[in-house]
Amino acid sequence: MGEDVESTKINHTFLRDYVTEADVISTVEFNQTGDLLATGDKGGRVVIFQREIEPKWDSEEVGEMGDSGEYNVYSTFQSHEPDFDYLKSLEIEEKINKIRWLPQQNAAHFLLSTNDKTIKLWKVSERDKRPEGYNLKDNEGRLKDVSTITSLQVPVLKHTDLMVEVRPRRVFSNGHTYHVNSISVNSDGETYLSADDLRINMWHLGITDRSFNIVDIKPANMEDLTEVITAAEFHPHHCHLFVYSSSKGTLRLCDMRASALCDQHTKLFEEPEDPGSRSFFSEIISSVSDVKFSHNGRYLLTRDYLTAKVWDLNMDKGPVETYQVHEYLRSKLCSLYENDCIFDKFECVWNSSDSVIMTGAYNSFFRMFDRETGRGVTLEAWRESSKPRAVLRTRRVYTGGKRRRGDVGVDSLDFTKKILHMAWHPSENIIAIAATNNLYIFQDRVRPELQTQ
Amino acid sequence: MFPKGTKRKFSDPGEEPASSGDHAPPSSAVARTLSSSYSLQRQSLLDMSLIKLQLCHMLVEPNLCRSVLIANTVRQIQEEMTQDGTWQIMTQALAAAQCPPDRLVATEVLCRQADAAAQSPKPPSVAGLEEGYSSEEVVMEGDVETEVTMSTLSAAPPQLSSASYLAGPFVMGPCWQEEEEDGECEEDEEDSEECVSEGEEGDQDPLSADSRTGEQVFGTFEIKHPAPPPDPVLDELFSDVDPSYYDLDTVLTGMQSAPKMGPYDLLESLSSHGPTALSSSASCRSDLNELDHIMEIIVGS
Repeated sequence: MGEDVESTKINHTFLRDYVTEADVISTVEFNQTGDLLATGDKGGRVVIFQREIEPKWDSEEVGEMGDSGEYNVYSTFQSHEPDFDYLKSLEIEEKINKIRWLPQQNAAHFLLSTNDKTIKLWKVSERDKRPEGYNLKDNEGRLKDVSTITSLQVPVLKHTDLMVEVRPRRVFSNGHTYHVNSISVNSDGETYLSADDLRINMWHLGITDRSFNIVDIKPANMEDLTEVITAAEFHPHHCHLFVYSSSKGTLRLCDMRASALCDQHTKLFEEPEDPGSRSFFSEIISSVSDVKFSHNGRYLLTRDYLTAKVWDLNMDKGPVETYQVHEYLRSKLCSLYENDCIFDKFECVWNSSDSVIMTGAYNSFFRMFDRETGRGVTLEAWRESSKPRAVLRTRRVYTGGKRRRGDVGVDSLDFTKKILHMAWHPSENIIAIAATNNLYIFQDRVRPELQTQ
Repeated sequence: MFPKGTKRKFSDPGEEPASSGDHAPPSSAVARTLSSSYSLQRQSLLDMSLIKLQLCHMLVEPNLCRSVLIANTVRQIQEEMTQDGTWQIMTQALAAAQCPPDRLVATEVLCRQADAAAQSPKPPSVAGLEEGYSSEEVVMEGDVETEVTMSTLSAAPPQLSSASYLAGPFVMGPCWQEEEEDGECEEDEEDSEECVSEGEEGDQDPLSADSRTGEQVFGTFEIKHPAPPPDPVLDELFSDVDPSYYDLDTVLTGMQSAPKMGPYDLLESLSSHGPTALSSSASCRSDLNELDHIMEIIVGS
């Protein structure tokens, strides 16, 4: 079930620890049908995978459905290049922070990709036919000698090898002074938002020289800055609603109908602090690293350093569910602050039916929580322990009590192996996990298709 | 590994008897041991945070979220230390080296002395404003001058910066307001922004000792502008530091900003040092420009 970006049968064990910085995957996203999966990396490249469709008669097992194919590389392109801000004498990283697909409207696919400063709209189109039989040119494009032409012919379209073309269609630049951390396509299909540390802009997909500032939390005096925006997303159905999270652990739901500048939130979601557990790191670990609307638009999923929380949009007093991702790290916060791991930004995702949430952790572990039972499971995305088509076995971090075989001690956790980015197929139980420079795709073979609501 | 950050009040037999209520130690010695380990932990966290804010990537813009979180942590520690009166202990220790032990000196006067001592090393410790955000963010109690201590080149030893920082804001904050009330303050108004005097102990003893120490107060203020004379308190604090850092020229050569920056009082306060030193730093013109740009980021222009 595990699949590498660069598939190889060579034993690369001795190279395992050598990772080219540019190959580190920085974002993963399925498109709306789940047939395409895009990844962005630190080197500014985007790799798109396409799901192969298996003919039904090839499957031997009775219960197996078609369409349970594997994902293969479909296209690769350089989205962003390293840039230099001459005004500030600072480099602009080419790392792709986020990719978001647009809903498909014709044969071509569109996606938005962004680095720290610039958002680009890419058109991904296929070409598998080409015209042949020109009158004035031969098939290689060379001009024919006019005297050799004796008759007219109509060029015909002939099948060729599939060619995937990716072209930049729009470049949305100069909209952000600070680093863009989120982009979100609106349900209206015409606009999208981009959020940096202090501002959120709304763009029209067709207009690149203007954007509309909808949130600005920059204080008049930068010395008074104590809070930044960490993530933002449009509501999946209501085109006037969006949410943004902050480094202080608050969520703000904003209604664009209320005013042009949505500095005043419509709703503020905040969990009252537990005075008993207050420490110097309380604020840092409360910083929300990711926020996602549920597919039905009724809930919000947030991730802070130690927990994942589900919020009901109708209740702003606190989350309705809290899941401990790695509570055993609470006593290690000081060391994690020292090595900067406490600032890691983990993403979180919903499954298609909003019944399961998933988020990443350290040591190549990621966690899934079943909302109905409240139980969580730890899984591992690591080449050594998962062969293709093998069943993922659950892992456990030993935190006391009876120690089982396979348990990992807290002090043996590898904090360099962090699962920050992940995606869940929009309608099936297929997940894509980015582990440093590797992409793992796991499928649920028992129940590959889930009834969507 | 440090224990979980349970908040313990500093309990001294002579002060704040009520605040140590939730721990009720059998003896004050135990309380002091407990709180000293907590203080050590807090101190090391503060030092770590300061180092984090100073180490920055010159080429790429630093992560604003991370900087804000670290700065908030530093602010939180400083507020707590101010409430606990720990800064007061520090200033007392500083003053004890200078004054005869049997002399009763008002707390705010101690502040001023330590303040002056802290002020003097400030210009030397400004070796560069590499991370514009950090220099503006670590403003404690609204005192802009603390930015000066915060910003050091990576070559500067961390102990210098953290020690000078400790002397700075913990002293400058609450005491600044005191000095302003005196009306004897010769500082610029803008140097003392809104300053919440959280050190209530410092305010208890009014200006009764002023007459005796007024000379010292004036004396200390005069230190600010010319080159700092050798200071015994300074020497004690920074005995392990390379004294070349005290050389203003050396420092300002490394300092990257031009004094034309309006919003930054620290630069204005250094402007008196500025022209002579900067004229010798023509080789650093490119660095100056770089810092200009970083400054503009902070200002948000």
